[in-house]
Amino acid sequence: MAATTEVTPRGETGETRPSPRGGGAARRALREGPAAWMLALPFCLLFLVFTAWPVVQSLFMSLTDTKSRDLRSPFAVNVVGFDNFTKAFSDPVFRKAALNTAYFVVIGMPLTLGIALAAAVALDRGITKFRSAFRLGFYLPVITSIVAVAVVWRFLLQEEFGLINTVLGWVGITGPNWLGDPNWSMPGLILMAAWRNFGTAMIIFLAGLQGVPWVLHEAASIDGASAWQRFRHITLPMLRPTMLFVSVTTSIGYLQFFEEPFVMTNGGPLNSTISMSMYTYKQFGFGNYGYAASMSYIIFVVIAIVAAIQFRLLRDNT
Amino acid sequence: MTGMNTRGRVLLYGLLTVLLVVVIAPFVWMILGSFKTQGELLQSPPTWWPETVTLDNYTQLFSRLNFKQYFFNSTVVAVCVTAGNLLFCSMLGYALAMLDFKGKKILFIVVMGTLMIPGVVTFVPLFVLVANIGLIDTLPGLILPFLAAPFGVFLMRQFFLGLPRDLLDAGRVDGAGELRIFRQIFLPLAGPALATLGILTFLGSWNNFLWPLVVAQQEKTYTLPVALALYSTGQNSTQYGLLLAGATVVVVPVLAIFLVFQRRVIEGIATTGIK
Repeated sequence: MAATTEVTPRGETGETRPSPRGGGAARRALREGPAAWMLALPFCLLFLVFTAWPVVQSLFMSLTDTKSRDLRSPFAVNVVGFDNFTKAFSDPVFRKAALNTAYFVVIGMPLTLGIALAAAVALDRGITKFRSAFRLGFYLPVITSIVAVAVVWRFLLQEEFGLINTVLGWVGITGPNWLGDPNWSMPGLILMAAWRNFGTAMIIFLAGLQGVPWVLHEAASIDGASAWQRFRHITLPMLRPTMLFVSVTTSIGYLQFFEEPFVMTNGGPLNSTISMSMYTYKQFGFGNYGYAASMSYIIFVVIAIVAAIQFRLLRDNT
Repeated sequence: MTGMNTRGRVLLYGLLTVLLVVVIAPFVWMILGSFKTQGELLQSPPTWWPETVTLDNYTQLFSRLNFKQYFFNSTVVAVCVTAGNLLFCSMLGYALAMLDFKGKKILFIVVMGTLMIPGVVTFVPLFVLVANIGLIDTLPGLILPFLAAPFGVFLMRQFFLGLPRDLLDAGRVDGAGELRIFRQIFLPLAGPALATLGILTFLGSWNNFLWPLVVAQQEKTYTLPVALALYSTGQNSTQYGLLLAGATVVVVPVLAIFLVFQRRVIEGIATTGIK
């Protein structure tokens, strides 16, 4: 095309003029390439070694019988195909871990998002004073170490001298032995997870609520719509993209839950709180690297599938 | 204006205050508890204010249990990881936003594609790799895998895309080299984005658990969360005052950073959605 022949020695024409793509862009890439790659190189090297390579390697490893004694020679191992995967699916502890993880996500996520959305709506429109103080307070648990929080919650959930059962006692409820009872251990962890994580979702909901035009609410309330109707038919539909984002990121986090059972219950009692991540870590600790890698890949695939389902369900289907 | 009567608003303030108390109470209880004696912590019903204030838990933490070392390790790791991410992510983020080069699209897709890959997927092969280069039980082993995180590239690229390209052309007209344009024109303008990235990276590294747990196998390389988790599940698991003091030591520096920079953190979350 004509424009490429007009490029001056300084090569400015290709950008300032609305020239066709092709020639100008290629020339720009040629001129800027060396500098760009110099800037990109340090990141790319670290990324290749410490992220890309392990991702590829973990797939290979999951198809082998790698054990801790093979540490020095990660390739001198037997390829066993999908044996690790079939073993995982028939391993009763892994199945229990998968069920526990599902329990944690299915109950924990709606609880977390529900509290987050209620708090966000209340902060966005309900009140005018102390808004940022509430926002700050609700967000505090998110930035603190899960390990530290779990240590504290272990005491809060104690049967006799725990704060939570004491408060329940004030209203006449005898609290359960939270972490010692297989039926109550998971609800205990879920309560803590919701407490710790709703702040993140709330902040993102608050940002999403900025995009809901208030005039719609005013118009609807003139037409006699109640607050709940307006929330249900104006706010919720308009929050759909935010909801998608929040539920995908929350489920990714919850599907990997690890620190809570590690610190609070060690997976017990009776494996009632062992999670997929935690069982993977345990198998790694036993030296079964290949087996652990295959389970970590299963978690990865589950995360991808769950994210894909949510995209399907929550994207704009107009 | 908000279409709500006074009674509704009072109710709302009441509910929000209850929620706030529920959220804050565990922290207050943790800090107060760290000054209590073991005997008092086992009382039923539990006390709120310490009856006898003792610093014994903290003395033990730092003399008997070596928390000084863990604090040092956590700090070194978090500072190095933060510095690395600020440098490497801003460099690549700038290149992706402002420059044109062969392979740019693929690079972008690959780096962003790994943004969502959870740590649990890579820790086993990463452990084998780090073991083979002899970095188990070393601070570099804790630092290197986190020096270049896709999240930072995403954040910095978004920021640089918002800056005017005219600056780039002006720099070139003045005869500045590409690297100098980046260092002297664009980087100084990236202060707000770098601050957000820096704080989020520091907090993430300080609280990181799974990888330090895997790599730090001897006490000398424990980070604070690793030490706290292992003590709380090991022989000190019933030393409640000690553990609460440990938790306080882990949490308080982060709370301080957060309270100082809270606006930046919250805006960072709201725009990127990643903690």
